[in-house]
Amino acid sequence: MRFVLDTEQRLLGDTLHGLLTKAGTPALIRRWAAGDHDRTLWSALGETGVFALAVPERHGGAGPLPVELVVAAHELGRHAAPGPIVETLAAAALLDGSAAAGPAAEWLPRIAAGQAVVSLGSPGRIRRALDADAADLILLADGEHLFSAVPEGPAVRALDPARRLFPVRQVERLATGPAVPRAAATAYDLAALACAAQLLGLGRALLDVTVKYARTRRQFGRPIGEFQAVKHHLANALTGLEFARPLAYGAALSFGSPDFPRDVSAAKAAASDAAYATARTALQVHGAIGYTDEYDPSLWIRKVRALRSAWGTPADHRARVLAAVPEVRGESPR
Amino acid sequence: MDLDLSPVEPFRAEVRDWLRRNVPATPLPSLETEAGFAAHRAWERTLAAARLSVVSWPEEYGGRGASPLEWLVFEEEYYAAGAPGRVSQNGINLLALTLFAHGTPGQLGRVLPPMAAGEVIWAQAWSEPGAGSDLAALRATATRADGGWRLNGQKTWSSRAAFADRAFGLFRSGPAAERHRGLTYLMFPLDADGVTVRPVGRLDGRPAFAELFLDDVFVPDRDVIGEPGQGWTVAMSTAGNERGLTLRSPGRFLAAADRLVALWRAHGADPLLRDRVADAWIKARAYRLKGFETISRADDAGAEASVNKVFWSELDVELHETALDILGADAELDGDWLEGYVFSLAGPIYAGTNEIQRNLIAERVLGLPREARR
Ligand SMILES: Cc1cc2nc3c(=O)[nH]c(=O)nc-3n(C[C@H](O)[C@H](O)[C@H](O)COP(=O)(O)OP(=O)(O)OC[C@H]3O[C@@H](n4cnc5c(N)ncnc54)[C@H](O)[C@@H]3O)c2cc1C
Repeated sequence: MRFVLDTEQRLLGDTLHGLLTKAGTPALIRRWAAGDHDRTLWSALGETGVFALAVPERHGGAGPLPVELVVAAHELGRHAAPGPIVETLAAAALLDGSAAAGPAAEWLPRIAAGQAVVSLGSPGRIRRALDADAADLILLADGEHLFSAVPEGPAVRALDPARRLFPVRQVERLATGPAVPRAAATAYDLAALACAAQLLGLGRALLDVTVKYARTRRQFGRPIGEFQAVKHHLANALTGLEFARPLAYGAALSFGSPDFPRDVSAAKAAASDAAYATARTALQVHGAIGYTDEYDPSLWIRKVRALRSAWGTPADHRARVLAAVPEVRGESPR
Repeated sequence: MDLDLSPVEPFRAEVRDWLRRNVPATPLPSLETEAGFAAHRAWERTLAAARLSVVSWPEEYGGRGASPLEWLVFEEEYYAAGAPGRVSQNGINLLALTLFAHGTPGQLGRVLPPMAAGEVIWAQAWSEPGAGSDLAALRATATRADGGWRLNGQKTWSSRAAFADRAFGLFRSGPAAERHRGLTYLMFPLDADGVTVRPVGRLDGRPAFAELFLDDVFVPDRDVIGEPGQGWTVAMSTAGNERGLTLRSPGRFLAAADRLVALWRAHGADPLLRDRVADAWIKARAYRLKGFETISRADDAGAEASVNKVFWSELDVELHETALDILGADAELDGDWLEGYVFSLAGPIYAGTNEIQRNLIAERVLGLPREARR
């Protein structure tokens, strides 16, 4: 038992952190929101092997590697990287598991290489496809059928302008059979896990920037970080994030076991709460500047609110956890 | 990164099997009563006879040299089996670890085996009426005497001191102005000449702790832990244990959370309480995984023990509050959940209040500026 990242896994995180820092995500997020879907960053992520983590070797990938996926999604969240990244990762699992030999062979190598942007939807679960106008392929999983789809009308206005959400409609059937809902379930769980990891990264970045701000912003002749009310908010934020992280890695390690959906749900519920509480603290501790569109942390704050309910609300996930807890003998505490 | 527990499964199986055969079928009376204390002390002897009272200690002192992972697994099995609370906890989890770090070979040999066997139960005597969070303001004194020290003053809130045998605590051996510097760490018998123990009832009236009045109590030199005057440094090395994994291991919360889910189901699975029940279960699991992370790390977690302390103490309160809300109008009736609830309410207060822990997290983990001291 060694429940910490190994050297290579840490290296992957460091590499992505370096790449995303250099890319300067705040400007990219704003351009993405304005409809500029430049793929420089996407290709670079592909070259680093991010998308290959969800694609099996026989289709040109290296996956599935759930722990590495969590590492990568954490860094992507930390930099609030725009685009349907989680959706593309989920699409890889969906195509691979749906017994759709033709489309899988066509798309998976391109996904792995960072040459395909994919979005997806699923009636009831994923009602709108993220960044569908930027996607090379849109998948729609509906019961036993897997379709390709196209956007149906313009994006719906949302809190986070960098999340462009489109209603879609099916055009062509790619696969049919019991493998489709099975693959859709795995894809959903992987996406929820990646989303949880993104939330943890978003929360971590917000905590770091807020601590920095609290050390430098002065009122009443001293740094606001000296005030206990501020300290305690930040200590609570750290505590929430610190205890949500092991749930995400624990879930990654149960990939392929019957506990995977339950563990993913535990991670997603905890990460949503921890990141959201951190975002509220970040906003409060920054004061008015944090509430402005111009100040970069706001890009993180609104993304946290969006992801909190994406891929299942905290309540959905809590219900899933409880449904999966086995019966125990007694109901008394000792 | 892995969570492969298979190497410790044989140990888990052995512990589970022993507990299945030995855990009393009917719960012992409350630990915080005289009869309950005696019953729990007898249970410690049973545990010790099977070499299960202090599994992580070296064999020469009554342990098995178990690894940190084996210890975590032992705790999981222990609480899952519904085994009795540990009356020896302040000795085996706090004093023993201080002795391992600072004790003389003589002290280890003399103190640890009877502690492991449940023959000597230890109480912690740190707090005073005027020194709680600000422990360095303590005033009880240790003055030099022939061959040892004389203790004078008052200690308070000493858990289970009403029935315990010996105590360990901090005393001022230098001028009060020296605060942290002039303190000495000593061990003394609670039945010694000059010691008066006054039991104090806790929230539900049970005498869970006591006040100690010390009037010229003699302590020989051999019962000083570490160097005289270095008591603060010595004591703070146990403080991390008290806040971290050692005092409250994940096992107890995992077991309580499983039973909370069972209680919720047995009472009709009220959807209004579902999120809270799920949260308690999720947090217990988070604490377990965090424990695995902590023991996997080579670097010292240090101030991060404060993060742990805030987390487990609040989890414990939330979990028991939820149980009582499930029980509805029966919540106020005596029973195991109520006992657990009353116990949990003290968690955010002892072992350094959660406000103090948050200050430490902010200053030592996050690096926020220290408050200007007056
Ligand atoms: C059930 C139980 C068992 C105990 N067992 C033992 C034992 O075995 N041995 C022992 O020595 N002691 C024991 N204690 C005592 C415990 O260690 C103290 O209660 C604790 O250190 C707090 O001290 P206090 O009660 O004097 O509260 P105070 O220090 O007076 O604090 C009162 C309130 O003020 C807040 N506060 C104080 N200072 C600050 C600050 N700087 N910043 C922000 N807030 C602050 C506190 O957080 C708290 O909310 C026990 C307590 C309980 C409840």
